Amino acid sequence: MNYQLEVSNITKSYGDLKANDNVSLNIKDSSIHALLGENGAGKSTLVKIIYGSLMPDSGQMRWGGNSYSPKNPFEARENGIAMVFQHFSLFESLTVEENIILGLDGVGLNQNFTDEILKYSKQYGLDVNPQQVVGDLSVGARQRVEIIRCLLQNPKLLIMDEPTSVLTPQEVSDLFVTLKKLAADGCSILYISHKLEEVREICSEATILRGGELVQSCVPQEHSQKELAEMMIGKKLTELARNKINFGSEIFSINNLSEKSDDLYGVDLENINLTIRQGSIVGIAGVAGNGQDELMELLIGEKSSGDGVLNFNGQDVGLLGSHERRQLSMYFIPEERLGHGAVPDMSLEENMLLSRPDSSGMTSSGVIDWSNVASFSEKVIDDFNVQTPSSKMLAKSLSGGNLQKFMVGRELIRNPELLIVSQPTWGVDAGSANHIHQALISLADNGSAILIISQDLDEILSLCEQIHVLSEGKLSEAVDMENNGLEKISQLMVGSESHD
Amino acid sequence: MIKLIPRAENSRAMIILSPIFALVLTALSAFVIFLFILEDVKVSNVFFTLFIEPLTDTYYFSELLAKSAPLIIIGIGLSIGFRAGVWNIGAEGQYVIGGIAGGAVGLYFYNVEGFWLLPLMAIAGILGGMLYAGIAAFLRVKYQVNEILVTLMLTYVAVLFLSAMVHGPLRNPSGFNFPESRMFHDSALLPVIWEGTRLYISFIFAILFSALAWFGIKKHMFGMQIKITGSAPRAAKFAGFDDKKTVWYSLLISGGLAGLAGLFEAAGPAGQLTPGLPQFYGFTAIIVAFLARLHPIGIIFSALLIALSYVGGENVQIDYNLPSSIIQIFQGMLLFYFLACDILIKYKVVPNKTKN
Repeated sequence: MNYQLEVSNITKSYGDLKANDNVSLNIKDSSIHALLGENGAGKSTLVKIIYGSLMPDSGQMRWGGNSYSPKNPFEARENGIAMVFQHFSLFESLTVEENIILGLDGVGLNQNFTDEILKYSKQYGLDVNPQQVVGDLSVGARQRVEIIRCLLQNPKLLIMDEPTSVLTPQEVSDLFVTLKKLAADGCSILYISHKLEEVREICSEATILRGGELVQSCVPQEHSQKELAEMMIGKKLTELARNKINFGSEIFSINNLSEKSDDLYGVDLENINLTIRQGSIVGIAGVAGNGQDELMELLIGEKSSGDGVLNFNGQDVGLLGSHERRQLSMYFIPEERLGHGAVPDMSLEENMLLSRPDSSGMTSSGVIDWSNVASFSEKVIDDFNVQTPSSKMLAKSLSGGNLQKFMVGRELIRNPELLIVSQPTWGVDAGSANHIHQALISLADNGSAILIISQDLDEILSLCEQIHVLSEGKLSEAVDMENNGLEKISQLMVGSESHD
Repeated sequence: MIKLIPRAENSRAMIILSPIFALVLTALSAFVIFLFILEDVKVSNVFFTLFIEPLTDTYYFSELLAKSAPLIIIGIGLSIGFRAGVWNIGAEGQYVIGGIAGGAVGLYFYNVEGFWLLPLMAIAGILGGMLYAGIAAFLRVKYQVNEILVTLMLTYVAVLFLSAMVHGPLRNPSGFNFPESRMFHDSALLPVIWEGTRLYISFIFAILFSALAWFGIKKHMFGMQIKITGSAPRAAKFAGFDDKKTVWYSLLISGGLAGLAGLFEAAGPAGQLTPGLPQFYGFTAIIVAFLARLHPIGIIFSALLIALSYVGGENVQIDYNLPSSIIQIFQGMLLFYFLACDILIKYKVVPNKTKN
């Protein structure tokens, strides 16, 4: 068997922390190889070493059979390694062609690459117009520009970092077609992801890292998604399933909600209608920036939505502030942890007080009962397995997953009749995400209603029994999942706008 | 040379040590300045007069306490707004308006005796200061006008308004056209709490306000509202705090307290309204609040330190013929070094070893 890249026993430490501990990885010719691991597992460090932006403390690499130790990314690119980063590096005001030329080593802007761009575009189904300005392109189209830029360097290995996290389902399947073609034409692909279903679909091998160490290399199709996830996080995952679905009466409705955005670049909400019944989990899917933030602001009560549009338990709540809504048993978890759902420079105990219905007993006529606040904080930390030395720690000192568990726990111990949550597991490790999903499900099993706004379609599909799509400020009807539901969601996510 | 590296958590040692560093650096800098400007006088003598003498003599000590009272009262109010990110820079103006409003009530009831008069004057003083700061609150909430500019500029208006009042309606009818009001009668004067000195009941109020502010900030949701609004405005909205109300509260409290301090000055040490009522307490209280890191109890100590520089500074002016700006230089250096040393709480200094 021929290997394009052999990585042997790489170790890299930052102080006491071993980011990579004796990691090995072999990528075959013309194969798609997955690199799996949670945040902090050491994926980025390993990739940076391969791409030449970090030097390992020890270990060797071989490239096409020859010893390989790049001192910088330039050298890596010369050898034929290209990388598409998770965050694109494109100039919005320049055209596609100008952006592509700027990314190439040793090429001037006066040269013409239109033909070559169109050649790759056609060959690999990467639909782009070289003369279009990048600022007008969708996320998927920008990614295609990045890929073409890499292909112009004739790479033998293309590294893709979390490529599908921002794409719609249709764009994802288009990307897979491209990647398979590339591999067939002799360009190996190192595919970094935590989305296991995708890895099982397109990767022929997977290397799994955990805590800087190699767990194992395996063929992903030989393992179930759950087994792969458990290898990744190193412990058993609970299967997500509703125990009893027992829908009660309608508890919350949004009626003809329209709202102009205050922000010049915001999204206007147009005629949004939605009803939620007790015991149900309702999901709002959609690509970020289609009105999710604007909708969440109105639902929390940070901005008044006016008369007659928000109804909770038969009461018009549109004019109430967030604290008054909590008194009625509506609770909220915003997307942003630091600065919105939690104050970074305050302790967990102080952050407990952001959500403080009078019934909690944490305050009485405004006077704070700190011992009560402390015991509630401890309870949240225990019940939701928040890893922290104490409840006196500053919110910003916690990892994303732990702070998210704290924020979810803070609202869930109030046993809300309605919970509205945006991006419950964004940037959260798989173990914490599983814990949070489990908690949401058991809340709904006990008869509470939940509204989830999320970009993560897998999350919506696995939790929600009623799914809507938000696109350009308009909310779709509930999608009928029986007949080609996923395809319909995909079309709705793209909306009326065409990206061609 | 050196570089600053963020600490994982705030250094507890530095929280205590940084003010000491600041004091030492201020003293060293003052020493160097005195070396240059003093002729035929030992620097150590000047240092003694400046920092030690006021603490050894009962009269000077009472003056020190008396001077600290307005600084504490105004500083407490400002610290609340500063925590919320509301920058009232014009406490001096609210102090003057409070003095005029309360003083005018005292003059209106001239020679009317009654225990009710002083409380009435105090209320008028508070309302005057609130109203004046309320202009800035209204403009900020309604039209997003920056409160720093409004409060600062209104200070000059207030000082000129005082001048107009004592030249006009409030002028002493039998005062030979001097621009000052009548001397307040007994019922309109503050009681002295230390016989034979100028230490008035205002000092007790200052301590009470510190205690009250401590309770409000540490034990009450009001303090959380202020702190969260200042630290993370979006989180404050999430918690259900009305940001407009926070602006109003901040300016009304700081304006009201500054107004009361102005009335206390007029009905205390001054005993009348004169163009000399403004003493820069409103500006100095900003330094006081920051020296205390906005802590309500700490403000008592920082106010005493600044009051020491006032009393000692006056003495060196008299004894050694030094310019009056020596006090401002001292206070400026203290604040400068204090803010500079505070960086050591969040960062550590290490030698820069990077190549290039």
